[in-house]
Amino acid sequence: MQKIIDKLNTIFEISDIIEDSSNFSFLTCKKEQAISMITHLRDIEGFSHFVILSVVDWIEDEKFQLTYILNNPDKKIDIAIRVFIDRNNPIMDSAHHLWQHVATYQRELKEMFGIEFPNSPRLNESFILEGWDNIPPMRRDFDTNKYSEETFFPREGRTTNDPSEYMKNKLYPDEK
Amino acid sequence: MSENDNKKKNTEDRFLAEENKQRIVISPEGEEITINPLEDYFCDERPEIVAPKNKVVEKFLNWARAESLWVLGFGTGCGSIEIPPLLTPRFDAFRFGVQMRPTPRQSSVIIISGYLAVKTLKRVIRSYEQMQSPKYVIALGSCTINGGMYYDSYNTINRLDYYIPVDTYVTGCMPRPEALLAGFNHLKERIKAGKAEGANEYAEKFDWYKANQKKIIKDWNMPDYNW
Repeated sequence: MQKIIDKLNTIFEISDIIEDSSNFSFLTCKKEQAISMITHLRDIEGFSHFVILSVVDWIEDEKFQLTYILNNPDKKIDIAIRVFIDRNNPIMDSAHHLWQHVATYQRELKEMFGIEFPNSPRLNESFILEGWDNIPPMRRDFDTNKYSEETFFPREGRTTNDPSEYMKNKLYPDEK
Repeated sequence: MSENDNKKKNTEDRFLAEENKQRIVISPEGEEITINPLEDYFCDERPEIVAPKNKVVEKFLNWARAESLWVLGFGTGCGSIEIPPLLTPRFDAFRFGVQMRPTPRQSSVIIISGYLAVKTLKRVIRSYEQMQSPKYVIALGSCTINGGMYYDSYNTINRLDYYIPVDTYVTGCMPRPEALLAGFNHLKERIKAGKAEGANEYAEKFDWYKANQKKIIKDWNMPDYNW
């Protein structure tokens, strides 16, 4: 594992190396170098299995964090590559030419977060939300409760409890 | 003229799938044939109210309907897991006259089993409208009553009775197969008492149901009533 990271360090600019366990590491790299680094890992280091592509919405920093997780089935090690992109102009290079199923992840991210992957196949077809006309629903500035109340005819008389308050009153009724 | 314009507008809809668009094909004899799938393949006539004619005959028919419920094999949410055990020897729904059918044309009951996404609601409406009346709806689980644990989701409906008429609710999250059997028995009692008039209710308040359905299904690309 350390050998691979040292070798990557000589070729690409890597920061924030976090060793989660002996066979799983997180790396952060630049947006421009991400795809070439993934290609390098796939073709030279033997990371032939693409596990997942996911996004975290850092709304305070105005950034999206993309995480590509790759797996090496021979050595049984995983590497997660983190890429930060601008939240106001979310464009990332597509990786559908490396693994076909990446296109499906990218289609989902386009729909749920509004991230553009130019030239990715079937990117603009609706995936789950047919005919969606609001801002992408998994972004943190989308108020899902308000949208549901406005759209889906809520039934009167629904009550909710704050779980921590409820359990506190139930278990320790004397403490105030 | 206005009706033609409406149909023309329908075919130019941006949500319309490629295979549903109007097109010209050439037959083996060399003739040019215009095909408009929305007109040719679907019927967009409104549903009609079927009033009971004779009390005695209707009572006999209701008894026959209640004792032979054919259920559409259609699972929408987590509740679809509860339906297969119903048919196994342990719960054995066959002794109540309940059996599953593969197509809406053969079924008289549709079970909405759990949460319903907007995308699935569109398919539910199409299946429900293709069923022949008299037809009955069983709503399974809290999600169909008030949204359940998905009440604040951007993509699941809160109340099923705003989109299709519901005859029986089964509460729980999830209800066990016994509860579903109790729901079937309740539905039978309602049918025998002549109270399960969902299909007529749908025909009566058709405009209201359609307005609610179209409010949340934004890519409406099918005829108003397809059966």
